[in-house]
Amino acid sequence: MRTICFYFQIHQPFRFRRYRFFDMGINHYYYDDYSNESILKRHEASYLQTNKIIAAIIKEYGTRFKVAFSISGTALDQMELYAPELLESFRQLAQTGCVEFLAETYAHTLASLKNRDEFETQVKLHAEKIQQLFGKRPSAFRNTDLIYNDEIGSWVADMGFKVVMAEGAKHILGWKSPNYVYCNPLNPKLKLLLRNYKLSDDISLRFSQKNWNEFPLTAEKFTGWLNHLDPKEEVVNLFMSYDTFGVFHSAGSGIFDFLKALPAMIFKHSKMTFSTPSEIADAIQPVAPMNVLHPVSWRDEARDVSAWLGNELQNEAINKLYALRDRVIKCNDHIIQKDWLYLQSSDHFFYMSTKFFTDPMHASFNPYNSPYDAFINYMNILSDFEIRLNQYFEKTSTTTPAAPEKEKALSAESISEEKKENTGKKKTTASAKKPSTRTKTTSTSKKQKK
Amino acid sequence: MRVLMFGWEFPPHISGGLGTACYGLTKAMSKIPDIDILFVVPKAYGDEDRSAANVIGAADVVVDQQQLKLKGFQKEINFIKVESALVPYTTEEEYFRLMAQMKEKQAQVYAAHNFKGKLHFTGKYGANLYEEINNYAMVAAMIALQYEFDIIHAHDWLTYPAGIAAKQISGKPLVVHVHATDFDRSGGNVNPYVYEVEKNGMMMADKVITVSNYTRDIVINKYGIDPAKVITVHNAVEPVYRENGNTKPYRDKIVTFLGRITLQKGPDYFIQAARKVLKRMKNVRFVMAGSGDMLNRMISHVARAGIADRFHFTGFLSGDDVYKMFEMSDVYVMPSISEPFGIAPLEAIQSNVPVIISKQSGVAEVLNYAVKIDFWDVDAMADAIYALLNYDALSVTFKKYGKEEVQALQWEKTASRIYQIYSETVKK
Repeated sequence: MRTICFYFQIHQPFRFRRYRFFDMGINHYYYDDYSNESILKRHEASYLQTNKIIAAIIKEYGTRFKVAFSISGTALDQMELYAPELLESFRQLAQTGCVEFLAETYAHTLASLKNRDEFETQVKLHAEKIQQLFGKRPSAFRNTDLIYNDEIGSWVADMGFKVVMAEGAKHILGWKSPNYVYCNPLNPKLKLLLRNYKLSDDISLRFSQKNWNEFPLTAEKFTGWLNHLDPKEEVVNLFMSYDTFGVFHSAGSGIFDFLKALPAMIFKHSKMTFSTPSEIADAIQPVAPMNVLHPVSWRDEARDVSAWLGNELQNEAINKLYALRDRVIKCNDHIIQKDWLYLQSSDHFFYMSTKFFTDPMHASFNPYNSPYDAFINYMNILSDFEIRLNQYFEKTSTTTPAAPEKEKALSAESISEEKKENTGKKKTTASAKKPSTRTKTTSTSKKQKK
Repeated sequence: MRVLMFGWEFPPHISGGLGTACYGLTKAMSKIPDIDILFVVPKAYGDEDRSAANVIGAADVVVDQQQLKLKGFQKEINFIKVESALVPYTTEEEYFRLMAQMKEKQAQVYAAHNFKGKLHFTGKYGANLYEEINNYAMVAAMIALQYEFDIIHAHDWLTYPAGIAAKQISGKPLVVHVHATDFDRSGGNVNPYVYEVEKNGMMMADKVITVSNYTRDIVINKYGIDPAKVITVHNAVEPVYRENGNTKPYRDKIVTFLGRITLQKGPDYFIQAARKVLKRMKNVRFVMAGSGDMLNRMISHVARAGIADRFHFTGFLSGDDVYKMFEMSDVYVMPSISEPFGIAPLEAIQSNVPVIISKQSGVAEVLNYAVKIDFWDVDAMADAIYALLNYDALSVTFKKYGKEEVQALQWEKTASRIYQIYSETVKK
């Protein structure tokens, strides 16, 4: 019996404002609040409508219908700031028990390619956030844009996850089919679900493409394709961005009707079921280990990590970023910790891609005129961030001797610093106030202040 | 004495030293009682109000004539703004790009009239730069017919054909002012057409003024101009009265390159020197301020060198930001491959910044308190940067005496020297 695994990705980065050289050392606020808010608001209506449809399907079919969501920590932060109604709607879905929430790196980062410790810290941070919001600690993992290789898989297994999603890229599959459960060769306990990119992209990319020879795609046709797969194949992994519904394809394309009709059609014309990734991991045994030496992702034709780390600008920026880590983790300032996370979002590196010139997908998501522009802006911000780190350690090194008076002086200073920021930018306070994104170290500093 | 001057727009409409030089010179000349300037500038129209434009002559040349009383000028200057897409430093490719933008903006085109069988203009810009230069020369001829003057003065090659046309119509003497040659701009690969225009202008001129002996040598040796009629008159710098409030919010030293990021300015040598300095000291930041066709390549270069956290790009700076940049700087470097003069180092010195300049520059002839290096000698450049950052005695000396030196460079001197040249030329 075959089962279908639907998983939807939602991610929004904290986009940066135009940060000039002259801002360095003076203005420490990096975010473009207007575009962050307006872009989320633009997506909100579509997400709400899709949530409503999924809720209705669950209401009709009960536990027979299952989906999984992977929402990045930055997207959750933005929902808390700008769209609490949307967050509430996901909470209600979580309560049905038919929806699984996956773990990932908090800010949708590339840490898995750069630093294992940082990667694990961020995954834990995200898992805590998911548990706090949706009441359950995730047991399935999905890395940024499905970046995966054997090594990343083994780290994930060591952290206690039982299943991980990856791209069913042709160059790793060869003659094999993505429609089976595989396992990690380094740690066979970790199950691997591979995206069926053909069927997933039929919905997420091609649904409203009028020059596609299968246009228009109906629920009936799609169910037919699922029925015609090799009868031995056990799973069909349909992984896509949640933007598929209403953003990539407008309501007028009929995408919402398709989503409404599909489960009914599948239940009526086949014996297939729906499962969440963790259910599959529990129920189905892997057929073979899947060797993935070099990282794969679902990005671009190349299905590798070249969209983020393909040119010298991107590599320079990320190397300079992670060179700061040793100092950041010693830092007791929750605003610095938050900025550190937001600076790592993969999107910032994506904007520096020179594929921008040829790939329309790159251009359409990019707030910058050119990769060089994106690089300069990022490096200016990173330089300011480093200046702040230096100043922080200069300050603390003069005040560390544990004389209580001095400690008081320090906390007063950091409070006044916070106030300065607060009066300047109201939004900073809002984002800074979220307790969940504070690291453990910062909560102790808070106690100190009190 | 009335001077018909083909110049360029004044600040803030500038993209480099040419506009600054025209401004300083014209302002100083306005203080000479005997001189009246009729100043003609090309003016690319975009969103400007065109209602004030009046048609003069039968040629339907749309020009915008204004009497402007400018701050610091002793008398009013007669401005004639000609609608033309010429801007300083235009290259063929840039002109083409500019035209592509213009076509979208150009809402209406003023009609062509050809009655009386004279010149006619369609109001469209030339299909290429060369056609536009010739159009401008035709406008110059019309203006020469309309106005009275004793001598013609043309600044830089784009206006040489205009100067020649005015000379042919009026029979008055022509002075061409060489602010740069194509040998400077191209790094040696001269564009034969540009060379032809430049050479023709210098040949037709009664006097050739060069901004430095460095340029004078080029004019004599590369263009074959009779040394007797080539005269060097050094540029000067506008005095600045500003408090030097070093507003840098961090302790790192700042080393600045400020200029167009083009081959001529040698930006890549600056990056190589930066890399060498950063190997020896950490508390220093390098800034490349400006824009230009080599900007993106320079960004990649910095990324490849792995110094992007210490090397910053500001994009094009104008007005106050230039001073702000100088005020933050601890060293200014001008590594130009070939610089006819170079006003920017003088501005840096005015802001109390010691400078390192290439020997291949005209400004090296007038400055003693500056480190002079060959543009290609990145080791010497790195040494000099390191020394100025670390040995206070050196930078203090340079700041103090450099400033005195620069204060002596006044446009008034330049203007009176040029007045002298006018007088000699007209007498003949």
